[in-house]
Amino acid sequence: MPGPAGAPEWDEAWETCADEQVRPYAITGGRTRPQHSMRLVTLLEAAEAGPVHGLGPESARAVELCRERPCPVAEIAARLGLPVQATKVVLSDLIDRGALVMALPGPGADHLQLLEALRSGLETRLSHVA
Amino acid sequence: MSPDRPVTTETGQRNSAPFPVKTIVSGGFGVGKTTMIGAVSEIDPLTTEEQLTVVSAGIDSLAGVEDKTTTTVAMDFGRLTLSDDLILYLFGTPGQDRYWFTWDDLTYGAVGAVVLIDTRRLPDSFGPVGYFEQRGIPFVVAINEFADAPHHYTTAEVRDALDIPGHVPVVRCDARDTRSSITVLLALVDHALTHPTPPEQPHQPIAQGAST
Repeated sequence: MPGPAGAPEWDEAWETCADEQVRPYAITGGRTRPQHSMRLVTLLEAAEAGPVHGLGPESARAVELCRERPCPVAEIAARLGLPVQATKVVLSDLIDRGALVMALPGPGADHLQLLEALRSGLETRLSHVA
Repeated sequence: MSPDRPVTTETGQRNSAPFPVKTIVSGGFGVGKTTMIGAVSEIDPLTTEEQLTVVSAGIDSLAGVEDKTTTTVAMDFGRLTLSDDLILYLFGTPGQDRYWFTWDDLTYGAVGAVVLIDTRRLPDSFGPVGYFEQRGIPFVVAINEFADAPHHYTTAEVRDALDIPGHVPVVRCDARDTRSSITVLLALVDHALTHPTPPEQPHQPIAQGAST
């Protein structure tokens, strides 16, 4: 199965012998640990408005997903069809390349304030549900 | 922040994003976790897969040597944008209770959990209830009212059967219904507010020195 334009050619023997558990880590060059520490809901966003050249298909798609709005690691993983851990390695590389940044929340919210904001948001949502 | 400088912990970050709040929806297999996530989420529930190394239980002498298998577990999740500053993410726990260590990453920093219950299969709920109790994660028990359930147990009966502590709310819900599911989440938030258990873990464990 040929990859999208620009992707390295897939070695067929490799693809058939290596099942889905190996393939994601071929994308990461065999690495299983990301350089940058992130969690399932860590948000990422594209660093620049323009396209980033020379990326593999998974990386390019990841940057696109983070262009409109900050996107969490879990959602990127789901949309790329990659396991979370492999996704983190891909995203970490993109941070190192300057293509993505981790979008952290601003300072200020402590635990109780966060819960109050959550309650208020849910109540508002409830009032809008028919 | 210049991209050509060496990467430090400060580079590659931006500090004006919404706060991602994580909530867990747990319960036995087929109890309606994904249904509830879908009822609340503004997107169709997504599935994230993670491959985990599972060491066979009870064969400690081989742990770390050879007796490992890789298993793929799936986690469903959804998203609800509550304001410019706040996004709620709902994560469903994998249906199999032997992958507890998956749950630890999944539940890290969660504000709380909903344990969904099917009264026809109460024993499926022991694991999740015990897990959140032990971890000190605020949780509510929500009885998903299946129309074909032979008998509607009272909340007191369910509390008794599962040995749920008195301060933990037990509510009824219809996981298919948005209002009902949001009401369950409100019960969870109220419970977390009135029984504060300061999280040992930050909500967002990355570079959160400023908020601790």
